[in-house]
Amino acid sequence: MNAVAPVKLHDCRDAFVAVLERLGAENDRVVAVCNDSVGSSKLNGFKKKFPERLINVGIAEQNMVGVGAGLANGGMLPFVCAAACFLTGRSLEQIKADISYSNANVKLIGISSGMAYGELGPTHHSIEDFAWTRVLPNLPVIAPCDSIETAAAVEWAATYPGPVFLRLSRVGVPDLLAPGHVFVPGRANLLREGGDVTLIANGTVTHRLMKAADLLAAEGIQARVLNMATVRPIDREAVIAAATETGAILTAEEHSTYGGLGSAIAEVVVDAAPVPMKILGVPGVFAHTASAEALLDDFGMSPAGVAEAARALIARKTR
Amino acid sequence: MQPNDLEHIARQIRLRDLQAVVEAGAGHIGGEMSAIDMLTALYFRVLKVNPDFPRDASRDRFILSKGHVALALYVTLAKRGFLPWEEISTFLKPNSRLNGHPNSNKVPGVETCTGPLGHGLPVAVGIAKAAQLTGAGYHTYVMTGDGEMQEGSNWEAIASAAQFGLSNLTLIIDHNRFQQGASLSETNNLAPFRPKLEAFGWEVTEIDGHSMAEIVPALEHRGPRPHCVIAHTNKGQGISFMQDTVDWHHKVPNAEQYKIALAELAEEV
Repeated sequence: MNAVAPVKLHDCRDAFVAVLERLGAENDRVVAVCNDSVGSSKLNGFKKKFPERLINVGIAEQNMVGVGAGLANGGMLPFVCAAACFLTGRSLEQIKADISYSNANVKLIGISSGMAYGELGPTHHSIEDFAWTRVLPNLPVIAPCDSIETAAAVEWAATYPGPVFLRLSRVGVPDLLAPGHVFVPGRANLLREGGDVTLIANGTVTHRLMKAADLLAAEGIQARVLNMATVRPIDREAVIAAATETGAILTAEEHSTYGGLGSAIAEVVVDAAPVPMKILGVPGVFAHTASAEALLDDFGMSPAGVAEAARALIARKTR
Repeated sequence: MQPNDLEHIARQIRLRDLQAVVEAGAGHIGGEMSAIDMLTALYFRVLKVNPDFPRDASRDRFILSKGHVALALYVTLAKRGFLPWEEISTFLKPNSRLNGHPNSNKVPGVETCTGPLGHGLPVAVGIAKAAQLTGAGYHTYVMTGDGEMQEGSNWEAIASAAQFGLSNLTLIIDHNRFQQGASLSETNNLAPFRPKLEAFGWEVTEIDGHSMAEIVPALEHRGPRPHCVIAHTNKGQGISFMQDTVDWHHKVPNAEQYKIALAELAEEV
């Protein structure tokens, strides 16, 4: 029996900063803004290359987001980087007024989102950020599933003339998309075809769905798997096709089940193609003490957990 | 433009502001009257701006952080040619771009959407920082209310402006001593502002915010550090019965009061 090579896991922050540093070399208007988060945002390389363009406002997130908006007004291309929990929670009104309503060309980079900080506890978890940001006009909300999509999304964001919220993790994930992948906002990627049920996720959870689909396939259940990085604008077309062609949709996300990816998909489903749905995520609680990966397992998002939820969902199908 | 001309323009702006508040049945007239002399000095003397090219990259920036006195800014911008003078009559009307707080995507000359307090100064710091990085020669001005300085985000921005050495930034505090519900001193008295700003490393100038002879040189002053102009003003300046009373934060004059106010302002015009 041949030994299976271990799957290489990537910290998507590395993909982010690799693109950012290249953009910084190509365009002297590219600046990074942070809240004392040089290390946790992996900005040391950027700082070394472009010291004057690393703008560290200190531990002051409201000011950080406002400064980002101002830098954009002055013609710069700011990437505002901070732990997602503080970036969105502490500065939500700045994101609303200075970024979204003002339509400022600022890229908000939420680092270590979801429950990436695991044992540090719920103060440092960011399982509310989809809900908080996806209600804001003008602001695409994107959670890439791997390092390839992260790099592609950063490339896209740099050319898009408006605000973007990019939600990154620090938890290692395998690459799922093909090298050379081009990011298209608001468009889901079909990772696996199937007609019995559709599994949809983004961020750190997508690869878990692929493993769940393998488990289901072993039982003769063919699951479609969609990677839906863009939470806003949601890919209505892909959701409607999933509903009409597979008759059931399971969503999973490293976020509260209130107001995130599953909710965004459910809004389309009830409006355009009602079918049974199951929304997996953090069920409206503050998480217990555990690592990020263990928390996902504990909240039913292990491959086996997803497969089990999918079986129960399929049993509810009416056609 | 000489101080006398500026005073004349300021009176015209006050008059139109008063009329618009009565027409719309709403506004923040007290704080508008306290700010108008400085808005006039900015747009008719100090700022390098061109109404025909409101987004010209080299323009000086002004942010009205106390966005609730939007009407005073709208009238000033209209007087300066950024929008049609007649458009002021649409203030707060259905579908008007002139709502109660200025929108940078709709109103030419507005740099960022303001309304929630404590937002303008951080944005101004970013604008000034951009000029420092690119070598652009524009100057950035921002006006806050004195009550607004209770927002902690302002102090985050004050600290970073000093840290960055933003000599191209001027903060104007409209120190009219009243906030919505009470006087500053009864609420959370940050006055005196001077020692606090100086402790953060800013240069501070205190002026009579209704004297053009003091406003203009203070706004034109350039130094090595970020500059704060503490403008001592009167809420409701120019209308005797409004002056320095908390009641006139956002009250609308009745017919009799309007007549008196019109007479007082018209007399001066």
